[in-house]
Order: sequence, then C-alpha cells, then structure tokens
Amino acid sequence: MNQPHQLSGSTNGCEGETHKTKKTFWRTLEELAGSESQTNLVKRLEQHAVMIENALDRRDFIKLMSASLALAGITGCSVQQPTEHIVPYVRQPEEIVLGKPLFYATAMPMAGYAMGLLVESHEGRPTKIEGNPAHPASLGATDLFSQASVIGLYDPDRSQTTMYLGEIRSWGVFLEEFLKDISKQRASQGAGLRILTGSVTSPTLADQIKGILTAFPKAKWHQYEPAGRDTAREGTKQAFGDYVDPIYHFENADVVLSLDSDFLCAGPGSVRYSRDFMNKRRPDVSNPNMSRLYVAECTPTNTGAKADHRFPMRAAQVEGFARAVAYKLGINLPGSGATPYTDHSDAIAALARDLQAHRGSSVVIAGDYQPPIVHVIAHMMNESLGNIGKTVRFIDPVEANPTNQLESLRQLVNDMNAGTVELLVILGGNPVFTAPIDLDFPSALSKVQTRVHHSLYYDETSALCHWHVAAAHYLESWSDARAFDGTVSIIQPLIAPLYSGKTEHEMMAALSNNPDQTSYDLVRKYWQQRHGTGGSTGGSSQTSTTPGQASSPPSNTTGVAPALPNPPDGFDQWWRKSLRDGVVANTTAAERAVAIRNSQQAGTASNIPPLNPGEFEIVFRPDPSIFDGRFANNAWLQEIPKPFTKITWDNTALISPATAQRFAIEIDPARRGGEHGNMVSDVIELNYQGRTLHMPVWILPGHPDDSITVHFGYGRIRGGDTGSFKGFNTYLLRTSFAPWFDVGLKIRKLDETYELASTQAHHSMENRDLVRAATLGEFKQNPKFAKSEADDPSKSKWLFPNWSYPGYAWGMAIDINTCIGCNACVVACQAENNIPVVGKIEVMHGREMHWIRIDRYYSGDEHNPETHFQPVPCMHCEDAPCELVCPVEATTHSSEGINEMTYNRCVGTRYCSNNCPYKVRRFNFFRYADYDTPVVKLQKNPDVTVRSRGVMEKCTYCVQRINEAKITAEEQDRTVRDGEITPACAQACPTRAIVFGNINDPNSNVTKLKAEPRNYGMLADLNTRPRTTYLAEVRNPNPEIKTE
Amino acid sequence: MIGKRKAKLFGLSAEYADPQHLLEAARMICDAGYTKVSAYTPYPVEGLADIIVTKKRRVAAIFLIGGLIGGLGGFFMQYYAAGITYPINVAGRPLFSWPSFIPITFELTVLGAALFGAFGMLAINGLPQPYHPLFNVPRFSLATQSRFFILVEVKDPKFEYDATRRLLERSQPRVISDVYDW
Amino acid sequence: MARTDEVETVENKEAKDALAQPPVIGPGYDFVSITDKIASIVQRGTPVGWYLGFAIPFILTMMLLFAIGYLFAVGIGAWGVDIPVAWGFAIANFVWWIGIGHAGTLISAILLLLHQKWRTSINRFAEAMTLFAVACAGLFPLLHMGRPWFFYWLLPYPNTMELWPQFRSPLVWDVFAVLTYFTVSLVFWYIGLIPDLATLRDRAKSKWAWRAYGFLSLGWRGSADHWHHYETAYLILAGLATPLVISVHTVVSFDFSVAIVPGWHSTIFPPYFVAGAIYSGFAMVLTLAIPIRKAFGLQDFITMRHLDNSAKILLATGLMVTYSYLSEAFFSWYSGNIFEAYVELNRIRGPYWKMYWILVICDVIAPQVFWFKRARNNIWTLFIISILVNVGMWTERYVIVVTSLHRDYMPSAWGMYSGSVWDYATIIGSIGLFLALMFLFVRLLPTISIAEMRTLVPGSKGSEAK
Repeated sequence: MNQPHQLSGSTNGCEGETHKTKKTFWRTLEELAGSESQTNLVKRLEQHAVMIENALDRRDFIKLMSASLALAGITGCSVQQPTEHIVPYVRQPEEIVLGKPLFYATAMPMAGYAMGLLVESHEGRPTKIEGNPAHPASLGATDLFSQASVIGLYDPDRSQTTMYLGEIRSWGVFLEEFLKDISKQRASQGAGLRILTGSVTSPTLADQIKGILTAFPKAKWHQYEPAGRDTAREGTKQAFGDYVDPIYHFENADVVLSLDSDFLCAGPGSVRYSRDFMNKRRPDVSNPNMSRLYVAECTPTNTGAKADHRFPMRAAQVEGFARAVAYKLGINLPGSGATPYTDHSDAIAALARDLQAHRGSSVVIAGDYQPPIVHVIAHMMNESLGNIGKTVRFIDPVEANPTNQLESLRQLVNDMNAGTVELLVILGGNPVFTAPIDLDFPSALSKVQTRVHHSLYYDETSALCHWHVAAAHYLESWSDARAFDGTVSIIQPLIAPLYSGKTEHEMMAALSNNPDQTSYDLVRKYWQQRHGTGGSTGGSSQTSTTPGQASSPPSNTTGVAPALPNPPDGFDQWWRKSLRDGVVANTTAAERAVAIRNSQQAGTASNIPPLNPGEFEIVFRPDPSIFDGRFANNAWLQEIPKPFTKITWDNTALISPATAQRFAIEIDPARRGGEHGNMVSDVIELNYQGRTLHMPVWILPGHPDDSITVHFGYGRIRGGDTGSFKGFNTYLLRTSFAPWFDVGLKIRKLDETYELASTQAHHSMENRDLVRAATLGEFKQNPKFAKSEADDPSKSKWLFPNWSYPGYAWGMAIDINTCIGCNACVVACQAENNIPVVGKIEVMHGREMHWIRIDRYYSGDEHNPETHFQPVPCMHCEDAPCELVCPVEATTHSSEGINEMTYNRCVGTRYCSNNCPYKVRRFNFFRYADYDTPVVKLQKNPDVTVRSRGVMEKCTYCVQRINEAKITAEEQDRTVRDGEITPACAQACPTRAIVFGNINDPNSNVTKLKAEPRNYGMLADLNTRPRTTYLAEVRNPNPEIKTE
Repeated sequence: MIGKRKAKLFGLSAEYADPQHLLEAARMICDAGYTKVSAYTPYPVEGLADIIVTKKRRVAAIFLIGGLIGGLGGFFMQYYAAGITYPINVAGRPLFSWPSFIPITFELTVLGAALFGAFGMLAINGLPQPYHPLFNVPRFSLATQSRFFILVEVKDPKFEYDATRRLLERSQPRVISDVYDW
Repeated sequence: MARTDEVETVENKEAKDALAQPPVIGPGYDFVSITDKIASIVQRGTPVGWYLGFAIPFILTMMLLFAIGYLFAVGIGAWGVDIPVAWGFAIANFVWWIGIGHAGTLISAILLLLHQKWRTSINRFAEAMTLFAVACAGLFPLLHMGRPWFFYWLLPYPNTMELWPQFRSPLVWDVFAVLTYFTVSLVFWYIGLIPDLATLRDRAKSKWAWRAYGFLSLGWRGSADHWHHYETAYLILAGLATPLVISVHTVVSFDFSVAIVPGWHSTIFPPYFVAGAIYSGFAMVLTLAIPIRKAFGLQDFITMRHLDNSAKILLATGLMVTYSYLSEAFFSWYSGNIFEAYVELNRIRGPYWKMYWILVICDVIAPQVFWFKRARNNIWTLFIISILVNVGMWTERYVIVVTSLHRDYMPSAWGMYSGSVWDYATIIGSIGLFLALMFLFVRLLPTISIAEMRTLVPGSKGSEAK
C-alpha cells in the first residue's frame, strides 16, 4: 500500500463521500465467502486451463485465486488491488481498515470524453461510483452511464481471454502471431495497416498512435463513434474555418434557445451544463427570477421537457426555424432555407426580441443531431448577440484528432473493399453492429487478411475478427482522458484486471513492438515527457485534417493540454496529486479567439427535400439508457425506465398521437400489469430506402406529426446474456448519408402486437395536485401558490399528541423545477442499496424494484404538452400509514423520524404497500437477488443487506450513510454537519434537485428549502405528514407569447 | 357375563319406555326418601332435573371467570407489549393506543369464557369417565337411544335390596336389573 | 329456566304448524325410528355413490396441495399479485370463506336463543360447514405471506428478542378473531355432538367403531345431572357465539376500513360485511342442504319449511347488502372526495366493470325472486340462486380488493391485476378441500342432532304426565 499520510493537507471537502460504512463487515464477508472461492475457481479453471502454461498468465491465475480467497475472508487486506501505487482521494489511515471504504479519483471515458469520478472501494472492490467535485464535467454529480458502469466491471459475460477464431488463446500466443503480422507491415511501411478507434482524447493513447503512424508512415488511423458529433464538428469548421469546441456558460445565460439540442442530458458536458443552467432557475422570494428556455425540437428530450416554450417540429424544420429566428435578428445567412418555416411567426418574433434584449447574456445552442448549417446559424446568432466570449467560449478541440468520422469510416470501408487493408486493429467499438448499413461493413471487413478486435465483450465484431483481445474495464486500467473543457484526468485502476483484460495502451505498445510495457509505465512515462519537453501550446488546430480522408499523423502536441511547467516539488508529487485529485492541474483548455468567416462561404444549406404526402420523416437517436448499444449488457441501464416512455428492456418507434390516430395504432394495457408494467402495442413496418423493419410503436405526446423517432442500440445478437435479442436493431435502417434524420419513410400497420414493459403508461395526473406548477408571473403574485391547508402544521387535525424528534430529524426536499428526469438518481440508488434487477417479464408484472422512481406526467394539449418530472422516493411520513398496518413491527419509526424497514422481521403480508398512498414500497415476489454468480457479489455494498425472497423493501434515506456519519461525528465528539450526509440519489443528481439534511437544524440547507414558499407535501391532506417534500414547478414563459 | 365372576352389587336400575313413567318413578323414589338416585334419558327430559338433581353447580360462574381472565389478560398483554416491554414509535401513534386494543380484548374474552365454560361443564359432569357400572347392564345402551333409566345405588342409606326392588316394581318399569360393579 | 318457555313455544309452534306451515319434522316418528333413521346414515355400509362423490373433491384437494407446494417452492410471485395490487385472490378467498363460515354458528346460536325449533335439523351440518369453511379461510392468510414459514410471528409468544405482534394492525386482530372463532365453533360443535356420539357408541357394531365413538363421547351417560349442566353450558356458549360471529366479520372488515385506500376506508364496512357474511353463509347452507337431504332421504327432517326460511333470510340479508352498495356509491359522491369518487366510477365503468356488474346481478337482482313463495318452494330455483349468490359474493370481495387498489392515489402507480393459473388452482382446490371434508363429515358423524330431534317427537315432554 501507499503511504497516503505523506499526502496530508491535500484536498478539501468531500467528507460527504468518504463517510460510508457500518459495522456489518464480517457478516458481509461471510456472505461473500459462500460460493466465491469454490465456484469462482471452477469457472476460472475452465477458462484459464490453457493459460496456466505460461508464467505470466499463471500469475494472473494465482492473483485471481488469492482474490477469491481474500473474498472468502481468509485474508483481510485486498490482494486484488493493482500492484502499482494508486492514490486515495483524501487522507486515509495507513492501511485498509476493514469495513472502511476508500475513495479513489479516476475518470470514465465515454465516447472519448472523461467524466471525473470518485470510486468507493471496499477492501479492494469498487462498489459505487460518485462524481468528482473537483472535476469540471462532474462537479460531484454523475450521469446514469457512469453510475451504472460499475456493474459493467463485474459483468460475468465480459470477454475473459484472448481468442483466436472463437478459441481460447493465451496473450503470449497472440503476441507471437501479432508481431509477425506487424513485421510484415513494417516492410510495406504499414501500407496495409489500419487502426480503427472511437473518439480519442487520451493524450497518452494519441501519442502512442502518433508514434505508430510515424513508424508506419503509410498506415492510417480511422475513428468512428456511432453517436458521433460530426455535425457539431463540421459546424464549427464551416463557421470558423477550423475545428473548435464550443463551451457554453449557462450560469451567465438569461435566455437560452436550443435548436434540437438536449444539452441537459446528452453530450460530454451535459452534467455540468445542467447544473449551471438550473442554478439560474431556482426562484425564491428574495430573488424571484429565473432564466428562460426556448426549445425547438423534434423528438421530445429532457431539455424540451424543461422548456418554457417548446416548439415541436420535424427535425428537418429546425433549420427553417433557426433561419427564421436569425432573420429576425437581422443576420445575413449563407444559402437559402430549404423549406421556410412559417408557423409560430409571432412567437419567433417575440423570441428574437427576447434574445435581442439579452445580448451577451443569452445562448443559442444547436443539437448534435442537426446538420452543420444549423450549428453555423447558431454560432452566427451567438456572435451577433455578442454572446461569444461571454456565454459561449471556444477552445481547441479536446479530441486528439478531430475528423469527420463518417467520412473516415467510409474511407476505411473503401480501402477494405479495395483489398488494400491487410491488418486491421479495432480498438473498442463494435462497427459490425453500429456501422451505417449502406457501408456494408461486415462484408468489407471479411476482405481484410488479419482482423484484431480489442473490446470488453466478444461481440458481433469480435465474431468476424480473427483475433479478439479482452479489453480491461476502465476501473481496471491505467490511462488518461480529457473532459469536455480539455481538463485532463489520469485514470487509475481500482482493481487488478479480474480477467486477463488488456488496455488500449498495451495493445498499441504491442503494435509498436514493445509489448512488455504496462499501461502504468506508458501513462507515467508520457506525462514525465510532457514535463520534460516544455511542450508547445495549442491543440489539434495545427493538424490539417480534411474530411473525407483519414488523418495524417497528428503533430506532437495533438490533443494535449497546454504545456506543463516542471512541477516545483518533483514529478512524483505532481503525479500523486494528479491521481489524488482526479484532475491534472492547469490543463483546462485556454479560450481561443474565433471569428465567423464571411457568411457566404460559411456553410451551405442542408438539402433535405420536403416531405412527400403520405411519407414520414425518420429520426435516429441513441438510446437514452443503453446509448449506442455499448451498454446493452448492463442490466441496470436496461431496466431504467426511459425518461418519457418509461419503457424498459426495449426500444420502440415513437410517433405522435395524431399520426397514431391516422393509422388506428393503439397501445392497450394488458390484463396483468397494465399501465404499471405491461402495455400491448401495435407493430408497424418501417420501410425506408427499400429496407424494412418491424417494430412496436409508442405514442408519445409532444412528438411532432409526420415524423417517427427510432432509437438505435438495441437488437444486439452477441450482447451477452442480458443484452442479446432485446429490442429492435434500427441500425439496419441507418445510412451514412442520413445518420440522424431523413424523409422518405413509409409505414404500415401490421396486425401484430408486441408486449412492452413500461412502468408508467398513465399520462394524466387526473386533476390531483401531485405536481404543483405555476408561471413565474403567478409565483410573483402569490409565492405560496403551492401551499394547501395540509401544508400548514397548525391546521393539522390529529387526535393524538405528536411525537417529538429531539436531536436529528432527517428530511428531504426535492425541487421539481430543477429535476431534469435524467435517471441518474435511480441508478445511483440501485448501486448504493443492492437493488436487484427483475427482468422484462417481472417489470411487465408490475414488480420492478427501484426505490426511487421518476414519475412523468403531462398537462395540456397532447400535441405539445407540458412535461413534469417528479422523483418519488419514500416520503418517510411521520404518521406513516404503512407502519400502522404492519402486523409484526417490521416497519417502524426511528427516533430521528426515518420510516425503517426491518427486513429480518418482515413476513411479507404486503399490507404496507397497499396502505402506502405513494406506492413507493417494493416487494421481493421472487428471490430477485443474485446469490449464484460469484463475480456479481463483488459489487454489493457491504453496508446494505441483500434482501431475499418474500420481504418488503423501500427507500431508507440511505440510512447506512446516516449512521456512518453519526458514528464519525460521535468519535469526533460533535454533531453531524449539514451536507455531511448525502443519500445516493442526492449525490448523483446533476442539478442538486434533491437536498437532504437535518430539519431540526435551522441553518441546514434542507430546512431553508422547506421554508421556501414553493415547498409542499404531496398528498399531505391525508395527514401522513411526509418528511420528503417538494418544491413546486415554476415556468417562465414569455408574456409576449400567448400559449394557445 | 354377570355371575361368571365375583361381582359386588352397585345398585338397581329400572328401565321405562317413556318420559311420563320415568318422571312418576323418579318422584315416587325421591319421595320415599332415597338420595343416591339418578335418572338417564336419551334427551333432556323436562322437569326431571327439578326432581332428581341434588347438586346444582354454577356453570355460568365458570364462564364469567374465564371471560374475565381472557379479557383482562388480553388487554394487559397488549398494553405491556406496546407500552412497556417494547415501546416503539409506530405510525406516530401513542404507545398506549387503547382503541386499537379493543378488538383483541373482546376476542380473548369470548375465547376465555368459552374454553373455561365448556371444559368446566365437562369437569362438573365428571367427564371424561370411560367406565361406569351401568355400562355393564346390556340394555343400558338404550339409554342413549330410546329408553329411560333410573338407578338407585347401594350406597344409599335407605337401600335395602328387596324393599327397593319392590318399590321400583311399583312404578311399572319394563325391566329391572341388578347393576354389578367389579 | 329457558327450558320451560321453550316447551311452550314448541307446543304453540306445533299447533301453528299443523294449520299453517309444513312441520319441522315429518309425521309418524318415535324415539326408535328417528334414532335409526339418522344414525343409520353413519352406520350402514358406505354407498358407492359416496365414493364417486368423494373422488372429485379429493382430486381437487390434491391439486390444492400441489399448488401450495409450488407456491412455497418459488415464492408468492407465482400468483398474480403485483404493485399496486399487492393483495389479490388470496384475500378475496379468505373473506369469502370466512363469510360462508358465519351461517353455521349463526343458525345454531342465534336461532337457538330465539327458540327457532326449525334450526335443530340443520344446525349440525351448518356448524360443520362453519368449521370447514373457516379452516379453508385460515389457509389463505398463511399462503399469501411472503415468508409463510414465519406465520407464528403474528402470535404473541415469549421470545428472546422480546418482540411482539403489532397490536394496532388489523391483521393481528384477524389472527385473534379467526382463531377464536374457529376454537369456539369447534367447542360448540363438539359439545353438541357428545350425546350423539354416545348414541353411536351404544349402537356400534364393530369393536373399532365402539372404541372410537366411546373415546369421543367421553363416557356420556345422559344422566339428569349431565343434561342439566350440559344445557346451561350449551345455552351460554350460544350466547357467546352470537356476538362473536358479529365481531369476527367486523374485524375482517377492519382489514379494509382501517386502511386509507379509497374504496376501503369506509365506516359502513363492518355491518356491510356482517350482512354479506350471513348472506353468503345461508346461500352455502342451501347449496349443501338441498343435495344432502336428497341423497340421504332426509326430506322429513330438512323440510320445505327450512328451505323457505333460509330463502327469506337470503332475501333479507341480500337487501342489506344492496343497501350497503348504494350507500357506498352515494357517499363516494356526497363526500366530495375525488379519490373515493374515482374509485366508485372506476368500479362501475373501469377495466373491471364486468366483475362489478356480475356482482350486482348475482347479489342484488337474483335474490329478488324470493319475494315469491313459488320460487322459495322450488328446489331448483333455490339451488341455482344460492349458487349465484355464492359466486356473487366472491366477486364482491374481488371487486373490493382489486378495484380499490389498482387505481388509488397516484396515477403514476396505477396498474392492473389478474390472477395467475396458480391463483385459480388454489381457490378451486380450496373448494375441493371444503367438499371433501363435508363428505367425510356426513359419512362419519350424524348430520342431524339426534338428541335434539328426539325432543321434537310427539309425546317427548314428560310434563304431560302432570
């Protein structure tokens, strides 16, 4: 172990995260001891039989053995931790204290971009992901993907060995063969060598690839992300003549116009952006102001749901809309609008005036799925509004080698078809599944002599490659990556590879013929160099990459933060500090001055033909929960109800109510499960460019007519036990010419139906005041608009004397106004509390287990309704109806006002659930918890009981965290500080919509929020006296726009 | 079987065909001053008890005691459990929420009364009693079906075999049989 | 002394019966013949028909056992229950069976107190019916638990954790009410049986039968003292059983009315449930009595007068139940509570409207034919209506349990429920179990209280001698 005590006085804050344990450790360890050491070994033995031959793998094998022994509780200290020194986040005791988790800062690369994380590690097992407060993309929060990534690490379906044509080979054998192929390439200067990666921001990796490209001048590096950001990239290139990345500062924006951009929930900066944005939308009496959001969008997005004015339109019309606004702003636009946008003319005028009125304090942002021209228009508007430099800043691209990825892939395919590709190394990604259908990647791939695929799973692509190398999960890897604003994080592993996974760096090292370098050495060496060579400033701007041709070798400094001065107290200290903090100091990219080129040469109008009558627009989007398909085997994400449809385990074709009516398409609740579980939907045939696909339909209020959205990522064939054969593969319709939307879709209703698992198919609130909302105007007139009689304690009619809660009284306030419905809290809760996944069938039976759910209601016109998100955890009622009816005192009230479940006492009458007006209780109808898969147990939180069959469970306010904090406070002879306890949901929330604390403490954050006029208790007139209360929703519509 | 073994006389029993004769006989014998007399009928014959039953026990009292024990015990149990030994905040209700305790108190009252009463009654009747000398009289099996019996025990101070037998014969019984005990 | 007045009533009755209604017992019976008639049912060799009749309930019982085995093996998820409808068939069945269990004690207790002579010939199997129905009912609360092997945690027993049941929970009240009810009914029934057991003992032909009945009859000799104390005790027991019957279903109704679920939280539930219980109870009495009297030729003891009276009671209780339905509907509107109002409308027009209207047809409309004497005196009408009422009352419980839960406060949690195949196997199996027990009962014990019947024989009153 390291000597962290040398690192004292290091970082500030974050006690909240570090306090997390209970004295339940030994019991937990015994639980783990169960089958781990036996079954685990048996499984391993089969898989590693071959590998025991050579020493290297035997060491791994021994490591695994000892790991399992460690889990069996035979040895306390964690054998599995990486052999290299990794540095915990804050000061820690000298060695592991059993039951005390350690926290390590690291980062998760997602489509290349880094999300800074703190990872909780119990005896060497990473169990929970938190955001890194010091990281600009996180600020302590996370998105659902990073939350869920931890079970990706323990996924039993992960590829575990190197394979040749589906047979197990050792890494050694692979290297021999691989090096032979490489030496062949060396002769031809790598004319036949191609490397295919996703977007790369890792300086080390970029440097390695650069090295390879210099060693093999004729080799080429291609990049492809299925949900890539080509349009944004090209947008900046067309607008400014060069690739630059825009950084938006919503904290300074009073008016925001989103052109089909889901900046709150999609894209590298979204977590940070949603925080900044929502900080301007917390009206209270002292400051009853908030920013205003206009959204013109096609597919309803979380951003659209929060809009003060939402203009639904077909994706193709967004350009017209943008032009209309720009025209009103008096901007001279390149090209002429394809189809002039005529609707909402008054609204547009008012919107333009609003923007004008907020010069320098407004933001116009275009969506990644809109053509470059829309981005150009957005940039021009920002310029003419004087936003650039104020609310919009530009930096050099964060990507190491920005390029038009579609063109890059197209060229690779051409080369492969031409037979010029002899050795193809695919780093990550799954192109066989994700590549545009018209490129016919698989058949092109088959023309390559040697195909090497390095990935986490033996997936569709691996199956078509000669060699498959198991990749190391990022929690097992040394690496580095950059955040959306350029900040570099060094990725340190939390655990030695569970299987014989290799990192990209090790692959590239092998490719550059020194395979024995560990990624630790590589990363460390790279950064040592970075200090050594002063390093010139600037990013990839120097590299001249023109779309359509793969990049030439990037220059030295490609994708690297500005030069690093030599650290005063030596590299070691710098290294330790960087690891500990999770961010490398002074690596945030500097602002770059940009100027719009002469508007005539800046971009051309996209040429989307108008929609023929009877035809439809088809819109492609990455799936909100499994993204481009890479998370298909992540059961947590599969079971997350998607923000609007609340569908789990499937994807559907989203259509507008009117369109559904036209085709007599219906969705009916099934006899069992019904609106809370099982909806039977009609199946339609999508016919686009001669390709057809049958898939079920979901009627989505607010979806524009004549347009149909399909999410891609589903329909995996080799997606693992969880991911395979779920949903429908819409990549089969996605072409390289229209990756995001196109006209010419024909649909036909089939007389088939399909059963969908949707947890909330009921749209309306049935005139019940569950979510209370008002406009800013109404709020200013009557700040207490949300109060009902029941919210006034003095008026509470109650026969009995109230219990008093001296000392702590825990409570929670949830600001519906700032909730963006991103689901991060749901996954966080699932990870923290060992909540099982039940599978599609059980969800259809209405038995999903999430302790916190996000209710979605619509109000108003179904063609463009207001969408309300309402997170619903347990209300911890002071007069809890559930407790009264429990026959065995299994659910009772704690002295601090927490409604507690005693699992061991529960006999499972389910009476409590019936009597819970909020229906937040969850029941183990079967034995949902996985007791059989050893590796899955490693993720379990030892501080939380794993519930077995037949007991009720529900939100506990993360009581394990509360107790841990109280114990620490007692040890230090003080009371718990405000903010010291953060439940998992609150901690993950990007917008800090959930606030928890001691309501007896007048100065606590939660007390202040509960004192706000917007605060109300849901169904409080039942006299349940909920401890969890809500802050009502306030929208800020433009008075000049009359809502019809 | 009688006579085969050495048996000692237990009493004399007379059998009647209908309740009227039985009642008359009973009255006559009791008037004659016999005390150890008992009558056996297939169903409760009206008025018989007034003539012949000497020791009347207060079955009702037993019910009452049982009911009190059940009720008070039940209520105290709940109070003790909820208020004293395991006081815990349930649904913000007071520890001693007596209204909720009423239903169980009532049920236990009934239960206590019923059990005490029923078993008390059996006890008073000296049941279960597998053996009784009368069972040695073959025809006595009719006592639970269609015939009515009177038994005069030897224990009776006025008992004197011949006199008693003559007295019984005067009441026109169907049969008179010696009841032996051994 | 209760006896004396009873004698009079009997006289008046028989006088009246002679003129007006058919008598409660056929003509020309004396002590011997009546005893033979009833006891012989038990003592003659088992008829083939009995085996045939017993076969089906027996198979159903086996099915029940299998369903239970499967349930315990995999867990409660085998049933259709979900969130929000966490109670389903099981609770509906429980309430239904308990309800049926009410007629027995009611007939024997209340009618005894009211000196209704006509009860004597039906009370015995009515009580048996009660016991078996309550036994079936008792199954379901156990089965529906998530962890049935911990059922005893609902009982107060000394334990090292010093844990107790939560006495504020209606479920605990249930446990006490049902157990008490079962125990008291059992005692009542057994006490009533003792004299007849003695009769059987004394008529026993085989040594084993003699031993068995001898053991059970506790050496009953029918002495004057015995009868004296016996009658007092029996009368007081009846007095206790009567409020007990009322209390049991009241407590059962608390399971619902104490909860805050709209559609449950209603003060009318206790009387409403008691009426419903008697309603379904008498329906079941008819359903059983009609075939039994036919099969064993007991028309002379279970006469048309019994059936006629039962029908009248059906009509009366049916009207009470109807009134409850109406008042429920009225208050859901009058209270101005949107949740209550929604639940009521949802019952009538919602996804479960079919169930609701089935219950209206069976429970409200069907019994109205009993206004007509012709209907009351037609065996087939009686039989069919009684079955309809049974069906209707089960539907009522289903409607109460399911339609209230499936759409309560939060539309976001609204869902649907429908029983799984295992739910159906369990309810049908429990009916099988019930019938199987009835078959065994009529085979092994006198279906009618012989001792009490003897008192109906002309000339059974000693007082005539005075």
